[in-house]
Amino acid sequence: MQASPRQKSLRGGRGAVLRTRRRPLGERWLAWRRHHSQSAADSLARVLRDPVASIMTWLVLGIAIALPAGLELALTNLERLGGAVETSARLSVFLVADASSVDAQSLASELTSDPRIEIAEFLSRDAALRDFRAQSGLDALLDSLPGNPLPHIVLVTLAGDDVSTLEQLANELYENSTVEEVIVDTKWVERFRALMDLGRKGVLLLAVVFVIAMILALGNTIRLTIESRREEIVIVKLVGGTDAFVRRPMLYMGLWYGLGGGVVAAVLLGIGVFLLSSPVGVLADAYNSDFQINGYDLFDALQLILVGTTMGLIGAWIAVARHIKNINPD
Amino acid sequence: MITFERVSKRYDSGHDALREVSLHIERDELVFLTGHSGAGKSTLLRLIMLMEKPTRGRVTIAGADLGKLRRGAIPQHRRSIGVVFQNHKLLMDRTVFDNVALPLVIEGYNDRDIPKRVGAALDKVGLLDRQNAYPMSLSGGEQQRVGIARAVVGRPAILLADEPTGNLDPELSAEIMQLFTDFSRVGVTVLIASHDLALISRLRHRTLTLRDGRLISTTQGPAIGSNHAG
Repeated sequence: MQASPRQKSLRGGRGAVLRTRRRPLGERWLAWRRHHSQSAADSLARVLRDPVASIMTWLVLGIAIALPAGLELALTNLERLGGAVETSARLSVFLVADASSVDAQSLASELTSDPRIEIAEFLSRDAALRDFRAQSGLDALLDSLPGNPLPHIVLVTLAGDDVSTLEQLANELYENSTVEEVIVDTKWVERFRALMDLGRKGVLLLAVVFVIAMILALGNTIRLTIESRREEIVIVKLVGGTDAFVRRPMLYMGLWYGLGGGVVAAVLLGIGVFLLSSPVGVLADAYNSDFQINGYDLFDALQLILVGTTMGLIGAWIAVARHIKNINPD
Repeated sequence: MITFERVSKRYDSGHDALREVSLHIERDELVFLTGHSGAGKSTLLRLIMLMEKPTRGRVTIAGADLGKLRRGAIPQHRRSIGVVFQNHKLLMDRTVFDNVALPLVIEGYNDRDIPKRVGAALDKVGLLDRQNAYPMSLSGGEQQRVGIARAVVGRPAILLADEPTGNLDPELSAEIMQLFTDFSRVGVTVLIASHDLALISRLRHRTLTLRDGRLISTTQGPAIGSNHAG
């Protein structure tokens, strides 16, 4: 080997300084960025190299994110549906069967003058029957009845939405001899609220449990990757790779798994909303409502993707923090 | 360049790999380290690379006490040392080029310099035409030479080699040894662990002999500095 002259150039003829001269900062910054993009591309290639396993991971993660998110969406919509009733605290005052329409009218006007009441509407039994006939379609049944079974009704809408006023007013109305029954809507409003509260807490709990489970599952996936690349990690460390250098591809792997899972969740929820919106529309029509599922838009989809990505990164970080430090050349 | 002061290493198993070893290696020296397997050769190299810490004593490299090196400084320390491993330690799923380029990528060299340097290093070990091959398709000797190229590509101040000619035929061994000699001439400290006594005696460099963890003899090679004669 006629190596001597070339050797000189390789070594640059400079005296040995043990601490190798570090590259200039700008160059190292570029190298750092390049290693990031290389790690990202390399990790993505690894994720895609085993498509079945990766799709499984994405699906599991996607479902785990989509389920609490979907429940939350359902609750929000239910609440909105309930909210329409809830905001106007109302009383339905049913009069005794032999109360005349004059009695009813005077009660209505008397109640309207009450400051606590915004409006009291008189709904005559004939009008009520007409409405009922129109809405229910039970013409034949209604025709077969001897007379109008419905009483006169006064519909009371409160000025505020204070539930205690509602109760108090109901008690006062019971003292009126023409009043047969007062239906107060607060009970179901309260129950509805309590139920919603419970639902929200349940969803939150579910979400927390799922998030933790998924982070651990992802951490485990990354741990297996680390184990399978143990030899490589040892070699990189032996030739002077820092922990950060070794960590990078693993963190990107977590990021890709998380991102994919987030996308799956966003798509799943989108499909769910799309599939349900038409039956819900039909149902709403049947109840004379123009209710629609909403509260799911592009922004929400992006949020789900962000959540997935964050989970992936956290999972990878946990795995990496625990395992890469312990992999040392031996 | 490399100084050991009464260095002992006892492994957790209770095995004493090194006992009270003191030695000093000059900057442009090439030194052989020999002894039976298990005599402590590998442990000595591992202490220099900070793969192990001594139980007692002090290892100093270029005046810096390794015992005082922070954990975070270890990668930078290793970058200044080129190592040829007995079992090559190549990345089997990367090409020869990528294997040799690894230290440069880690150090942050740019895309222009990396191919030039990798090409020069591979040329030196005679594998320039195999740079796109995968290590699996190479013979043991070729893999060994890829390992050597990787060890020298970063122009380290110290070159350590653990049985670098173990898989090579005599002719190739001689070429590789010549390569190491050339490196020592340009100021690289070279320490070669080997039990190829025939080769060692032919080359007439200083030889340290270990037995049961003790440094039992130092045969003096040519006087330091006069090995430029070759």
